[in-house]
Amino acid sequence: MDFDVIVIGSGPGGYVTAIRASQLGFKTAIVERELLGGICLNWGCIPTKALLKSAEVYEQLGHLGDYGLKVEGASFDFDAVVKRSRGVSTQLNAGVAFLMKKHKIEVIEGYATLEKGTAAPKVVVALKAGGSRSLTAKHVILATGARARTLPAIGLVPDGERIWTYREALVPKAAPKSLLVIGSGAIGIEFASFYCALGSDVTVIESLPRILPVEDEEVSKAAQKAFEKRGLTFRVSATVKSLRATKTGVSLDLDTAGKTETLSADVAIVAVGIVGNVEDMGLEALGVQIERTHIVTDGHGATGVPGLYAIGDVAGPPWLAHKASHEGVHCIEHIAGLPSSNLTAPIPGCTYSTPQVASIGLTEAQAKEEGIEIKVGRFPFRSNGKAIASGETEGFVKTVFDAKTGALIGAHMIGAEVTEMIQGYALAMTLEATEAELHATVYPHPTMSEAMHESALDAFGKVLHI
Amino acid sequence: MSTDILMPALSPTMEEGILAKWFIKAGDTVRSGDVIAEIETDKATMEVEAVDEGVVEAILVPEGTEEVKVNTPIARLSGGETKPVVVPTVPVIATPVVTVSPAMLAPAPLETATDRGGRIFASPLARRIADQKGLDLSSIRGTGPHGRIIKSDVETAIPGAPKVTEQPRPAPVAVPVLPMAPRQAQSLAQMGIADGSYDLVPLDGMRKTVARRMTDSFRDVPHFPLTIDLNIDGLLAARAKVNGILEAQGIKVSVNDLVIKAAAVALKQVPEANASYSPEGIALHHHADIAMAVAVEGGLITPIIRSAELKGLAQIATEAKDLAVRARSKKLKPEEFQGGTFSISNLGMFGIKAFASIINEPQGAILSVGAGEKRAIVVGDQLAIATMMTVTLTCDHRVVDGAVGARWLQAFKVLIEDPITMIV
Repeated sequence: MDFDVIVIGSGPGGYVTAIRASQLGFKTAIVERELLGGICLNWGCIPTKALLKSAEVYEQLGHLGDYGLKVEGASFDFDAVVKRSRGVSTQLNAGVAFLMKKHKIEVIEGYATLEKGTAAPKVVVALKAGGSRSLTAKHVILATGARARTLPAIGLVPDGERIWTYREALVPKAAPKSLLVIGSGAIGIEFASFYCALGSDVTVIESLPRILPVEDEEVSKAAQKAFEKRGLTFRVSATVKSLRATKTGVSLDLDTAGKTETLSADVAIVAVGIVGNVEDMGLEALGVQIERTHIVTDGHGATGVPGLYAIGDVAGPPWLAHKASHEGVHCIEHIAGLPSSNLTAPIPGCTYSTPQVASIGLTEAQAKEEGIEIKVGRFPFRSNGKAIASGETEGFVKTVFDAKTGALIGAHMIGAEVTEMIQGYALAMTLEATEAELHATVYPHPTMSEAMHESALDAFGKVLHI
Repeated sequence: MSTDILMPALSPTMEEGILAKWFIKAGDTVRSGDVIAEIETDKATMEVEAVDEGVVEAILVPEGTEEVKVNTPIARLSGGETKPVVVPTVPVIATPVVTVSPAMLAPAPLETATDRGGRIFASPLARRIADQKGLDLSSIRGTGPHGRIIKSDVETAIPGAPKVTEQPRPAPVAVPVLPMAPRQAQSLAQMGIADGSYDLVPLDGMRKTVARRMTDSFRDVPHFPLTIDLNIDGLLAARAKVNGILEAQGIKVSVNDLVIKAAAVALKQVPEANASYSPEGIALHHHADIAMAVAVEGGLITPIIRSAELKGLAQIATEAKDLAVRARSKKLKPEEFQGGTFSISNLGMFGIKAFASIINEPQGAILSVGAGEKRAIVVGDQLAIATMMTVTLTCDHRVVDGAVGARWLQAFKVLIEDPITMIV
């Protein structure tokens, strides 16, 4: 055996799993075909947050008058904005390399494929530097992640020039004058928000009747209003028939309730979901069960093939970095025979647009569908002192409780910095708090988080500041 | 600054134990490496050494406390201070005292979340649901972090153990038998056995483990027995010969040692029988790690002869004897009784002719060995006398099918009846 554990893929699922494996005393290696940190750190969560921060600050400049401030001739250097984002990724990429070294994890750069082995499949790595290495381990953990879904039949496939995925959208040569964003999930909305703030004329196309379709309906509605106020255009219940690049830009045939129209723009971003990276690794030959584009696993990441596990995006939705890390830690701790960490903890989801959106648990509609008798609380930021003082009165906090037990079963927030606040509810839900604990908790004044308290109070008719 | 000494985990699977004995008392100075306590788990008694140094400030869990959860603070050290130590006067109640009317007497649940200073660790939601369902939290096993009772524990709990009301009724009241209540949740009184007509022996760790493991196995493992008669005259002759050779070394090989060796060699010959079922697949073990059931006071334990197929009879005999002696004095280390691949249970010395043991999970099979006795057998068309022994192989059908079990018994029969084949 060369190693106890080989992790394939060094995204937030893989590298975190490797660190935990090393902490647990496993001799660990990690295989990465491209950059340490994976998509999250190099082409996803992190560089987009860098871009969005630039956009947010720039947008604030437009409202400086509200704060009694004045700046003249505000403008931006688009290349510098992109360069900063790349710099952030580079810094964190080096950070992961440091962490691997600190935990004595061997980093193997190359492309891994699996072959039949004894205790676990054999890992054959076609090395980046040339040649190949055949490695054996007791446990092999797949954390190969996912990539943008493309639909070549209707032209939703990147051409590197005018039709982009998140990858091209992160390193544009210039901001397009006009932009079509296909898909209004978190990725689509974040890019729409960024390019809109920097002056692009952006239209977002969503096939479902509302944007951010996984969010609570009230949040979707409020988000659309807030984005439209900032100049975004939306086409909902609109199906893309075909997309093609033209000499000057892109042309898109759209079907809205039976009516066909053609939209044109400089650039289109395809953000219609993601698919797991399950191909070309020899998984089929090993008999790994693949459903649609993800690997089927049991509650602890086991694939059914002895010694082979899968975690994170490649093991199915929700496709979130923090879910991948959490699953990875659970998987390796389970392998080590430690008592299982909680895998039923609810997973929060965040969209870093302006305003931000954050949610956890069931939406009001989902709770009703499940036949749960509910109590719903709402509290707008316009009634919150800190929000008023900060000039951030947009948005609200909505909470959904099980009426019978008082359990908090869902929370939905839109507004400034709500992505930083949602963890309060995540902790409450993981600890199985009821309204009693949420009511009894003392929230500092003045903070935006007081709206979280008020929302929980409102659900039980005890709201104070309305 | 004071440091808490925590209840140690003596094996990877240990969740709780009995604090059998303290070797220290408040005011003692403890040096790292000193033996401070004796902890009894379901399988063994082990001594605990101090890791930190200092003066014992307080013993937090009194000697003899049962069901002490791993990581519970059991004593407090003050960091090397020499000034007089004030022992806290707050009594620490490790096992909550609950007034229960005799009719409510029910066997104690396996594990509860009540062991830390009497406080029940439960999530707010679990408390509320328990309240709504009329469940007594102290009777519910917690599966959350550190044994905390969480929602799912309460949702799956059945109101079998009646809730202790704040004002106990003066007269014992008949408790309604709930149709869904599991058998073990019923009290003996409910089942018609009068109070006072028996002595109640508390369930110790070993008894609980035996009860849980055997119930789980018998209920969940699809098992079947295969029985075969063996002529052991050749084996007895071989044993006499071997013992003659080993006499000088003071080693005596028993029939059981020969059975262990033959079983291990048969497992090598029929490797499919040396298997464990797991949701991830069937584990085919590389070695025959033979667990031998040893009756000990208050239960039984199965110490293991590792890689028995590679070991000579003299070594097996020596190891088996040593393991059995230490098993009876509860001095086995966890690794000496955890993780065998095949079990042997021998009740021959009690004159038992044949029996079928319960599978020792996750092992794929267990061999039950009966008494060797002279029986009339038919040889050709003639009656003859031979020493015969009946053995039964209980198989986990998920991994050992009938034909596999039968092939193993055939191989075993050849090895027993013609022992020289064992050295081939």
